[in-house]
Amino acid sequence: MPVPPIMLSARNLSKIYRSGEVEIAALRGVDLDLFDGEMVALLGPSGSGKSTLLNILGGLDRATTGTVTFRGQDISAAGERTLTAYRRDHVGFVFQFYNLIPSLTARENVSLVTEIAADPMTAEDALALVGLEARLDHFPAQLSGGEQQRVAIARAIAKRPDILLCDEPTGALDSRTGIRVLEAIAQVNRELGTTTALITHNAGMAAMADRVAYFADGAIVRVEANPTRTAPSDLEW
Amino acid sequence: MARARPVVSVLWRKLGRDLWALRAQVGAIALVLGSGLAVLIMSLGAIRALEDTRAAFYDRARFADVFAEVRRAPEALAARLAQIPGVRAVETRVRDRVLLDLPGLNEPGSAVVVSIPEDHRPRLNDLVLREGRWPRREAPDEVLLGEAFAEAHGLHPGDTVAAVVHGRRRVLEVAGIALSPEFVYTLPPGALMPDDRRNGVMWMGRHALAAATGLEGAFNSVVLALSRGADEAAVLAAVDAALDRYGGTGAYPRRDQTSDWFLSGEINQLATLAWVLPSIFLAVAAFLINIAANRLIALEQPHIGLLKAFGFGNVQVGVHYLALMLAMALPGVLLGWFGGAALGRWITELYAQFFRFPFLIYRPDAGVFLLAAGIGFGAAAAGALAAVRKAVSLRPAEAMVPPAPPAYRRSFLSRTLPPGTLDQPTMMILRHIARWPVRSALTTSGIALSCAVLVLSLQWAPSIDALLERQFFQENRQDATVTFLEARPLRVVEDLSRLPGVLAVEPFRAVPVRLTAGHRSRREALTALPARPGLARPLDTAGRPLDPPAQGLMLTTTLAELLAVGPGDVVTVEVREGRRPTLHLPVVALADTNIGLGAWMRQDALWAALDEAPTASGAYLAVDGARHAAFTARLKDIPMVAGVMLRSTAVGAFRDTMAETMMIMVGFYVTFSGMLTFGVVSNSARIALSERGRELASLRVLGFTEGEVTYILLGELALLTLAALPLGAAIGWVLAHGMAQAMGTELYRIPAVVTPAVMGWAALAVVVAAALSGLSVARRIRRLDLVAVLKTRE
Repeated sequence: MPVPPIMLSARNLSKIYRSGEVEIAALRGVDLDLFDGEMVALLGPSGSGKSTLLNILGGLDRATTGTVTFRGQDISAAGERTLTAYRRDHVGFVFQFYNLIPSLTARENVSLVTEIAADPMTAEDALALVGLEARLDHFPAQLSGGEQQRVAIARAIAKRPDILLCDEPTGALDSRTGIRVLEAIAQVNRELGTTTALITHNAGMAAMADRVAYFADGAIVRVEANPTRTAPSDLEW
Repeated sequence: MARARPVVSVLWRKLGRDLWALRAQVGAIALVLGSGLAVLIMSLGAIRALEDTRAAFYDRARFADVFAEVRRAPEALAARLAQIPGVRAVETRVRDRVLLDLPGLNEPGSAVVVSIPEDHRPRLNDLVLREGRWPRREAPDEVLLGEAFAEAHGLHPGDTVAAVVHGRRRVLEVAGIALSPEFVYTLPPGALMPDDRRNGVMWMGRHALAAATGLEGAFNSVVLALSRGADEAAVLAAVDAALDRYGGTGAYPRRDQTSDWFLSGEINQLATLAWVLPSIFLAVAAFLINIAANRLIALEQPHIGLLKAFGFGNVQVGVHYLALMLAMALPGVLLGWFGGAALGRWITELYAQFFRFPFLIYRPDAGVFLLAAGIGFGAAAAGALAAVRKAVSLRPAEAMVPPAPPAYRRSFLSRTLPPGTLDQPTMMILRHIARWPVRSALTTSGIALSCAVLVLSLQWAPSIDALLERQFFQENRQDATVTFLEARPLRVVEDLSRLPGVLAVEPFRAVPVRLTAGHRSRREALTALPARPGLARPLDTAGRPLDPPAQGLMLTTTLAELLAVGPGDVVTVEVREGRRPTLHLPVVALADTNIGLGAWMRQDALWAALDEAPTASGAYLAVDGARHAAFTARLKDIPMVAGVMLRSTAVGAFRDTMAETMMIMVGFYVTFSGMLTFGVVSNSARIALSERGRELASLRVLGFTEGEVTYILLGELALLTLAALPLGAAIGWVLAHGMAQAMGTELYRIPAVVTPAVMGWAALAVVVAAALSGLSVARRIRRLDLVAVLKTRE
């Protein structure tokens, strides 16, 4: 089987936060490659550096040392303007707290992104992909948590991003709703071929990914490939 | 209770830290609240200082209570006046007007000259000698000069002034420089503003002046002091009765004395100003505190729940947050105090220069400061009350749950517009405004009020122009007005027409009168005009010239209001000159003038009533502009002229004085309304940033640029600012007309002139101030911590 090209590559990444006199090393020399179309789960306890890595990969934060290359292009030294464009054109984010705009309906929240993207799908298509075709004109306040998170996923993928970064997307949801959300993510990965990184501290959830990166104390301790991906509905929660 | 102490102290520490965290908003509130209170303290302080200074000066200089002018009364009459019950002291004087030939002035200047006793200090209306010494009895040409006039010409003791005293040229020697309570404010005859270069006061020894004016053993002016509790009206009547047969023109009380009357008018205007601007600022400050308090309570909600869960009572929680709000007002109150005290001293000094006081008493009343603090904290408490009530009424469990996302609704607009008409950021702006209509309305009102203050202040310049245009170019079209010392035969007026450059001459006859209608009575000058005046003529409300009626009187609307008469009503006119006839004349027409009061009739009717040959008190002249210099140079040689008023100098003096006093006020208003806009907009922008930081950070994560996010943050404020402009212009129009009404005095009523240009400049200034303050907040978008915002729940 040919190895798919590398989409995103991190080399020797470290991140040190200074708070007053204290230095906290959130990442210590992390190396990771994300291949085209694959789904990687980042697994580890709170504070092990998963989110820090995700934020750096997504252009929300900068590493203290090390490089990040996106399709061979170094983005670790890029300026604010370049990072904004990188996020706008290539990255989709899904967070634990959905971060929808309360004053916009589901359709409008998605349109927010499609209006500024180069080659988006329609907001309606994006919402249909996550099973919300019937809730187009509802405001966030009128949607359940799971529905809000699916709107967030639709908003993240509507621009057809190269990478979808999900930071504990089910952290605030019960298992049934959570599975529905994971199904939406898996479907996007499968149907659009979007490279997906998924943070979780639920070991069972990692079974739906192609590979699992285990985090501890700001470093990746090992990377394992799953021989087969488990469907979200069959996950042990 | 002792156990609760440390916890309370922690609450206070929390209060301190909360305040520090809110410092930017506290700053905005301090700016607005402080400006309002500073103006209040400044105005009240200046009013108090002017009143105190005036009272002290009057007291020390033994300023008279009653004044009377008479044609010529024997000195022996003084004893009779002293016997009038209630009269404490009497001082007779000789008073005249002299023409001055001043170096550097083409036209003649003029001065009031008042006699002073040669062997003792004046019993009443004493002078404060500022320089030099008193005139000596043996030197009849020695005079004291009023300080303002002396300063304007750089004159000092030992210098000389060429004058025409009662038709005779004299060279007067300056013995000293003095100030008098009688001339705190000096006005040239027929002018609207002081003109210290062309008009002055001087004092001369009684014998010297009596000799020059032919009043030896007689007087033509008398001032009286009353004992405490004296019946002023009775004294006035008795003085009138005593002076009547000697040509008395009617005694009048101190409040009608020109200088005092102006001073009172000025103080009254200041009192109007003292309340208008602060009211606006304090209302806006209350609203700013209200918004800040609401936001704070929303942010604090979980803490409130926690405090209550720990067992804090409603009262403690309520007091804590109320204390926080009051503490937010504290910097504003302090700013108001210090700013007001400093501004008060400054403006009082300005007034002291404008008026002529020998000293200045500036002792701001502690009560004013307490009042300002009370108003400041009251505004804060009023603004905070609803929010604090909300804090108190929160149930602990409810309070600790984060607030649900605010519910929005699709408006009519978004349902009817085809999708895609408005982009989503614009939709966010519109929905946010619609979601909080009260707050949006308050923000708009705050900005509108500052726009209104600008309209109010900027319209003064065109208003003054309108006033001058009406007074000096429409009503009084003459280039010069010459006044004689006493009524002269008409041929003297014909002589004037032979002066170089004179194109037209029109005589007028003016007599002092008492006008009475019912129980209302006024001392005025009645002006008699030719049948069809061409130069100076009253205008009606529509601006059409009016000819004096063949029979009867024409009054200004203001005078008619004061006498409570209208066309058709009969007014009793007691003429205080000549054979002193009493006439009963119907009011035939009403004239509209912005300046002064006036009563007019036809010359031939007055001559007939006075039973005299045609005479004139003076003349209006139209002069060829090219020969103006030659004309004014010759005026100095005309005998028996009491004064010459040139339109060009009167207009110039008016503009100069206005430029000095009013432009300072305009500057003030513009600065303060800039602060108002800045305070309101930056406060709103900060609140928006705090409330919507999460939303804006989400957009940045989605790849929105800083500019696009700034559009969402400031677009709403821009829209509210735009909505405020027409509202502000409308409020400004109302304020300008209200102020014109409130500040109008008997002397002049400045019309409100709100031109499109005024509105345009006001709008531009508001937009600039709003943009600056909005952008200063927008810089913080760059510092949004995207990661932190998104990792935490609201």
